[in-house]
Formats: sequence, C-alpha cells, structure tokens
Amino acid sequence: MIRKMPLGLRLISSAFLIFWLIMAAFPFLWTFWGSFKVELDFFSLADWTNALFGRNTVETHGRPFTGAGYHGAWIAEGFWRPAINTAIVCFFVVCISLTIGTLGGYALSRAKARYSFLLLILALIFRAMPPITLVSGYMLPFFEWNLWGILPTTIVVLVAINQPFTLWMLHSFFQNIPQELDESAKVDGCTQFQAFRHVIIPVMWPGVITTALFSFLLAYNDFAVTSVLLSETNRTMVPEIAAFLGTTYTEGNIMFAVAAVVSATVPLFILVMLFQNRIVSGLTAGAVKG
Amino acid sequence: MKHRSFFWFFLPTGLAMLLFIAMPIVSVIIQSLYAPHESVLITVENCGPFGCTEETTIDQEATRALEEAKPLGRFVGLDIYRDRGHLAFAELREAWQSGQGIRGVIDTLGNLPFYRAITFTLVFTFTVTPSLIVLGLLIALAVNSLHRHLKGLMIFFSLLPMIVTPLIGSLILFWMIDSRGILGTALQSIFENPDLSLKASSELTWLVLIIYGIWHSAPFAFVVFYAGLQTLPSDQLEAARIDGATRWQQVRYVVIPHLMPLVTFVALIQLMDNFRIFEPIVGFNASAHATSLSWIIFNDLAGETRQLSAAATTSVLTIIGVAILLSPVLVRTWREYRGSYR
Amino acid sequence: MKGIHSMIASGVALMLAASAASACTISARVSIVGNEFPAIQTIGAQAKECTGAEVSTNLTKDHQTINVPGMQGNPAEYTSAIIANSSIVALMNEDVIRPLDDLIEKHGQGLKPSQLITIDGKVMAVAFMANAQHLVYRADILKKIGVEAPRTYEEMLAAAKMIRDQGIMENPIGGAYKAGWGLAQEFNNMFLGHGGRHFKAGSAHPNINTPEGIKTLEMMKSLSEYMNPDFLTHDNNETNAEFRAGNVAIMNMWGSRAETLVTADGVSQEVIDGFAIRGPMTVDGGTTPASTLWWDGWTVAKNIPDDEAEATFIALMHAIRPELMEDDGIARQAVWLIDGYKPTSASAGVIEAAEMKTIPYPMIPYMGLLHTALGNELADFLQGKESAEQALSDVEAAYRAAAKEKGFL
Repeated sequence: MIRKMPLGLRLISSAFLIFWLIMAAFPFLWTFWGSFKVELDFFSLADWTNALFGRNTVETHGRPFTGAGYHGAWIAEGFWRPAINTAIVCFFVVCISLTIGTLGGYALSRAKARYSFLLLILALIFRAMPPITLVSGYMLPFFEWNLWGILPTTIVVLVAINQPFTLWMLHSFFQNIPQELDESAKVDGCTQFQAFRHVIIPVMWPGVITTALFSFLLAYNDFAVTSVLLSETNRTMVPEIAAFLGTTYTEGNIMFAVAAVVSATVPLFILVMLFQNRIVSGLTAGAVKG
Repeated sequence: MKHRSFFWFFLPTGLAMLLFIAMPIVSVIIQSLYAPHESVLITVENCGPFGCTEETTIDQEATRALEEAKPLGRFVGLDIYRDRGHLAFAELREAWQSGQGIRGVIDTLGNLPFYRAITFTLVFTFTVTPSLIVLGLLIALAVNSLHRHLKGLMIFFSLLPMIVTPLIGSLILFWMIDSRGILGTALQSIFENPDLSLKASSELTWLVLIIYGIWHSAPFAFVVFYAGLQTLPSDQLEAARIDGATRWQQVRYVVIPHLMPLVTFVALIQLMDNFRIFEPIVGFNASAHATSLSWIIFNDLAGETRQLSAAATTSVLTIIGVAILLSPVLVRTWREYRGSYR
Repeated sequence: MKGIHSMIASGVALMLAASAASACTISARVSIVGNEFPAIQTIGAQAKECTGAEVSTNLTKDHQTINVPGMQGNPAEYTSAIIANSSIVALMNEDVIRPLDDLIEKHGQGLKPSQLITIDGKVMAVAFMANAQHLVYRADILKKIGVEAPRTYEEMLAAAKMIRDQGIMENPIGGAYKAGWGLAQEFNNMFLGHGGRHFKAGSAHPNINTPEGIKTLEMMKSLSEYMNPDFLTHDNNETNAEFRAGNVAIMNMWGSRAETLVTADGVSQEVIDGFAIRGPMTVDGGTTPASTLWWDGWTVAKNIPDDEAEATFIALMHAIRPELMEDDGIARQAVWLIDGYKPTSASAGVIEAAEMKTIPYPMIPYMGLLHTALGNELADFLQGKESAEQALSDVEAAYRAAAKEKGFL
C-alpha cells in the first residue's frame, strides 16, 4: 500500500512512532536502571535527580550501582523457588489448555448445530466473570478436599478460566481451515478423530502457537488466582513480588520487589523477541477473524 | 460433525468450564439471594493483656441451632440487590422525593458506592476502548509503512506494555508519576506548577488510570490490526489507486473495511476486560478517587469481614452489566451466524 | 528488613536448637497460618523445632482471607491461626476455634495470666506480643524549633506549623491515611481519644455521627493539611519511606515498626540520629490517648482431633517459651508479653501506651464492618468533597447495610 510516502506524512509518522516507542519502552528502562539503586534513590523522595545519579547509593555502597536488590531477592529470599513454580505452572497450563482447547475449538468450528453457537456465547459470558469471585467460591471446597495451596489445583483452575478465550481464538482459526480437508478424509474412511489427527493437526500450528503465547501470558501474569490459591511455599513470581511489598505491619523489601519485577520481565522479553513473528503470522493465519 | 463425536471432542473443555466457571457462577447467584442468619448476641466479659471489658459476642449455641435448621442462611430474595451497597432503591427514592429533582438524585448517585463505581467503570471502558483501538490502528499503519528491518524492532517494543503483568505495570507507572518521580517532576516543570500531584486529585487520578489502560491494551489492538494488514487484498488497493484515491481515501474505503471484523473482535475483548478493571486501582492506590465493580467485590471479600453475599450480588450485577454491554455485538454475531448456516 | 530479621531469627533458632534442644516432641500434625512479620516468623521457626510429627507453617499477608475457610473444614487444614484482637473476631463469629482451658491446665505452665484472652470465662487465645500506634519524631528538628516532643495533637499541629513556617520541611506530618483500613484506623484512634464510643451501648447500632465524630474528622483534616498532598495513597510503608527520606518530622506510627524504621540502605545519618519515639498523644484536652492497644496471639482450631490440638498447643508453647527472651535479637523483634521479657529502647512507645490506659481495639463481632465502612467513606470528606456530618452519616448508612446483610441488625 505505502509506496512513495510524501515527506510530510513520513515525518509525522516517524515522529509518532518515536513518541510511541518512548511511551512503550521508557518505563521498563527506567525500572531496570532504578533496580540497581537503593530504595531512597529509586523513589527519589528527596530530589528526582537522585534516581539518575544514585546519590544515596554512592553513600551506602561506594558506587552508583548496587546489586543488593537482586542479591536480596534471589539469594536471601530465594526468588528462584517462585521462579521454578512459575515455570511449572506455565508449562502445564499451556499444554493442558491447548490440548483440550484445540479439541473443543475444532469441534465448535465443525458442528453446525445451534448448540455450538450457544456454547460459544456461553463461553464469552463465562469470560466476563471477574476471576476474584470465582476464586472466592473455590476456597471452601478446596480446603475441604485438601486441594488448597498446591500447584496442580492452581494449574487446573487457570486452565479452566483460560478456556473461553482459547476456545474463541482456536474456533475462529479452525474456521479458516477449509472444511473440505477433513470432510474428504472422512469420505476416505477416517473417523472424526483420525481426520483431526492426520489432516488438521499438521496444519494447525500457526494458530496454536499464537494461542499458546496468550495462554502463557495469562498463566505467567496471573495474580488473582495464584495469590489466593497458593500457599506461601508454593507461590509463583507475581504473588511473591506482591509479598515483597510489605504489609501494614512490616517494612517492605521494596528493592527486592523492584529487582524481582525486572527479573520476572526478562523471560517475557526473550519470549516476545523469539516469537514476535509467530504471533503476527498466527494472527494473520486467521486466529482473530472474530 | 456428528453429535456424538462433538460430545467427546468438547467434553474435556466443557467439563473444565462447567466445574470451575459454571458451578461457581450458580453458587454465586444462590449466594446473592441468601444472607447469614441473624446472630444471637450476648454480652460477656472479655479479658486480655490490657484488662477486662464488657463486650458483645455471638452466642454460638443459639446461632448454631439456626444454622443447622437452614444451612444456606436466610433467604432474603432481592434485598441485597436493593440495599445501599448495591442498587440503593430506597436512597434514590428518598432523593427523588426530597424535592431537589434531578440534581438531588445525581448528588445522591455520586455518594452511593455502587453507582460511583459503575460511573468510573463506564467512563473508563468507554474512553479506553475507542482510544486504544484508534491508537492501535495508527501504530499498525505506521509500523507497516516502515522498512523491513525496523519493523521487527518496533513490533518488539510495541508489544512490551501488553506482556507485563497489570499489577506490576501499574506499580511501575505509579512509582514514576509520584510528584517526586521522574514523570511527576517532568509534568510539574511542563505546567510550571510545583504543587501539581497526579495522585492528589480525583480527576487526575482518573486520567492517569485511563492513560494506563490505553498504554496497556493498545499493543493488543496493534498486533491484531498489524496481522490484519498483512492480508490486505493488494488488488483492491491497486484498483483504488488507479481510480486516483488519495492515501486517506485508501485507508478509509479499503483498509478500514478490511479490518472491521478485527475491530469488532478487539472491541469485544477489550470492552469485557476494561469493564472488569481491577489491578490498576490496587496498583495505583486509587481507591480514594476511583473504584470499580471488581474492586468492590475484592473489598467485600478481603480482610476480616468477608461479606460474601454482598460480593456475590456485585458479581451478578457485573455479569449483567457485561451482558448488556456486549448485547449489540452478540445480536450481530447471532444474525451473522444464522445467515451463514441457513 | 524482613529478610535480615528472618535470617537472624533462623540462625538464632538453630543455635538454640543445638544448645537447648529442649523437650518438644509431638505426636500429631501441626499446621499454622498467620501473618508474616518478623516476630511471627520467629514463632513459626520455633514451632518447627518440634520433633515427632510434621509442623508446617503458612505465613502470608493474606492470612485473613484463608484462615476462616482453612479452619471451617472438618478436619480443618490449619490446626492454629495466629491472629490479633481485630481478627480473632472473625474466627469467633464462625466458631472455628476451641477453648483452651483444659490444655492450659495440662501444658500451660509458665503462661502469665495476662496472656490469656478470655471470652465469657473461656480462654480462646494466648497472646504473645503487644502493639500500638504512637509518636515517632525527629528529635533534631524539634530541637531546632525549640519545642519538646508533642504530647497532644494540638501541640503536634503547632510544631508542624513552626517547621513549615521556618522552611525546614514543607509537609512535616506523616500519616498512614491511605483510603481503606489505614484511614479508618486513624479515625478510630482519634475518635477514642475524643471519648467517642463506636456503638450504642449493648447493641450493634453505630454511634459515630456524634460531636466526637465531627471533632475527630476536623482534627484529621487539620493534620492532613501538613501532610504530603498524596496522603490518601500513603500507607504505613510509604509514610515510613517519607520519614526515611527526611521529609517528615512527626507521625503516629506502629510500635512494631520502631525497631527497623531507619535501618534501610541509604538513610542519612541525620535521620538515623534524630529518630525518637514516645507514647501516643492525647487530643482535645482528653486523658485517653488517641490510639488503640493491640495484641497478637495464637488459637487452636476446633474441627481437629484432640491429639492434633494437643500437639499444636505444645508446639506453640515451645515457640513462646521464656528462654527465648534471653536472646537479644528475638527480644527486640516485638513488645513480647512473654515472661522474662525486658523492655528495649524500641518498646518504650508501646509500653507507655499501655501505661497511659490506651483503649484496646474493640473486640466486637461487627467492629470489622464499621472499620470497612469508615475506610470506604471518609476519603470524600478529607478531599473536601462533603461535610463531616454527611461523611459520618454515609459511614453509618454503609455500615447499616452491611450489618443487616450479616444479620447483626
């Protein structure tokens, strides 16, 4: 479309992009920079330039940067444990929710009965439910059956809460895979499941990978579910960061929290770097044709 | 697809949603119609490290008898829906009859927690959703016009605000907009007002929350639209260009219609998400200035008091709100669906 | 800082375990839920020393949302909840904790009578530490303007005015006025200091829309004028951060914070040297301090077998044994109610609060509802959006709706 852009438009467009780039990236850079300072500099309650030059950090540690926050979070407070928990939760949430989501989404895209549409609408309304309410309803039965506080319970709950979105994404993606493919396989004598396995699975990966990334983000970033359903020893990273911030009773380990925030964001950066083309191509392949 | 095979394909996901979403919703609806039993109170002497006092406590024996008779609690029908914490019919009627007319009613509305929350929720939803769609579209168009090598870089940075946890993202910004933080200081010097504080006034807090909402969600719109632009039919554009369409006309008559289904999709998802806004209010410590329906639920459930019935009622009202909000989109989808399968 | 303290605590715990390996053997499961501040971390670590059966702890700031559901099942997940005088009420209301009289008779030697929380003649909890909000100030600043540490809120205002007028600090008063729990707590302090009573005698009807209530709000408003303009977003942590940054000279702060308030990295020597504490202040010529007394203690669940209850009791008795008070690190973590505790410099404020006959936080089933209503409705008044009468009547109306739902009215 865009061939020869007039100079004026090109300037405006570039200026706009630079502005957006700063908006999008600056908060991360700033936090990264600040994570190597002491609390008083990071919050710069005395003078905002302290956050740049680290006056109090120099006074305490003799140089303008310190790894104290990272040391505190990772070594003193054992942040590696929530990191491992997050990895476990994310891995299983993505695998399970895609396995059952592809089956369900495929079925919805191929069923012509009216109930399939109603199920889709129902899923949409399910998605509207604030997660906090759902979670508060789980507490009593989970305690009763001794399921509270452990990772598997949280994984199952996250999978379930994530299903409506997964179903919608995959449903519209499968709709863009021509029906003739699996229909002709069935004519050749395949059952529905064999048709799915041999014909659909080989061509579904672009859409599935995109959906997987969204599932991953949901599991990785969840706070409402994990903070209520996990015990202290099984916490994932986000509730652990919230715990660093302290309570009415205790001083928070704010700089541990800042260092942990930066640490928790790094995997997301890498992930986006590796998969950004996948996201775009998966979406292009039709996962979003509402 | 046969009904039987549909059933087996759909069973796992259906079961998960039934157990963990549908059943809690049903229990929430039931909960909203029941309230705990009236407590039988007695006055007793309490002693502790600081001496003894006469204080009230619950007579457990008597209360337990009530609970065993009716374990769900007392049925109160729609009473909780009508009370001051929710739809507040009595208060509104009073305001209407007080003779101050519409003004009196509006003042009262502004003072009732549910209406106050829904006002912010709606303002937030209806400013953020259109803005993020427009911003997302602009970024998509601008990035799409870039050179191949720059595109990847821009996509990477543009996606960042979306991938960061809402709670963490809002905390980061909250730290920056403090009147001594970098953004706060910058704004003070731009407006030449050393007393300017974004956290001290309700209007500015709303503005900050709205800007945060746009910042956080625009990347989602951007990446969806950008993907859509990759499938733009080049022959149509070519034809438009030959017809002498200006750049703006090409966008208006070819690109936007092509992206329209995606706009619906983004609007649908974002209306829903924005209506449930919660983490930013916690992250920005904004509850003095702005509350939302989800925040009320959280507040009712938190701490020592645990007002389960009140939280359940607000949840049901939230679902109804979302259903109303989405009804135009749902009706349209239904028509399309009937059209396509007939 | 919590990390350092829990390290000290566990280090000390190891040492004591080696030297005293004192008799703590249990025969059934123990599972403790509670808050996460250093003193409770110590209790948890000490209870875990017991051998013979598994002792698990879940110490988190969200303990209040999980302790009731975690004790309602049968058998209950948690055999003990560590609570304070505000939060024991929720456990009492749901009837999930058991009377401890028989266990005290059997294993409770060494408990002081004042540690026993008795409700209607039955011991329901064992308190181990006390807490209160009291004055924290910068002695160097007050010396500079030539005044003594304020003993009343009126003196505090006068001192704040002098500090501001002399250009020493712009917002010299600190206050944890964040809308919600903290703001309501400050109201409670000031209201009790004015001689107010939250409820009409012997009933659940609110009694705050009174002259005392209005005077309370007016005093809070006057104080807020000397606070950082963002005061409605500042909780205890942010208020302490302002103090550490040298922006605040006088504030009403929790005694449990005194020990660690100025220990963070990078605090200037001036602030560390100037840091000082006193007991709580009075207001409006009253003699009752504008503060509340708190205790923290442990309970034993009702819905568990008797052997688990006994094991829990033994483990927790071990965790609060008097010998621990000989260890300076542990002794400084809190104002312990345990026999053998010798007051430290950090405990002066809380002890003075108790001596001044500060009123304990009301242990009433519906106090929590009023507290929540106060926290939600008072912000409008402090922002100047409505009158004090209107704010207080909003609080009462919000409380009434909640109390009706909960069956108290």
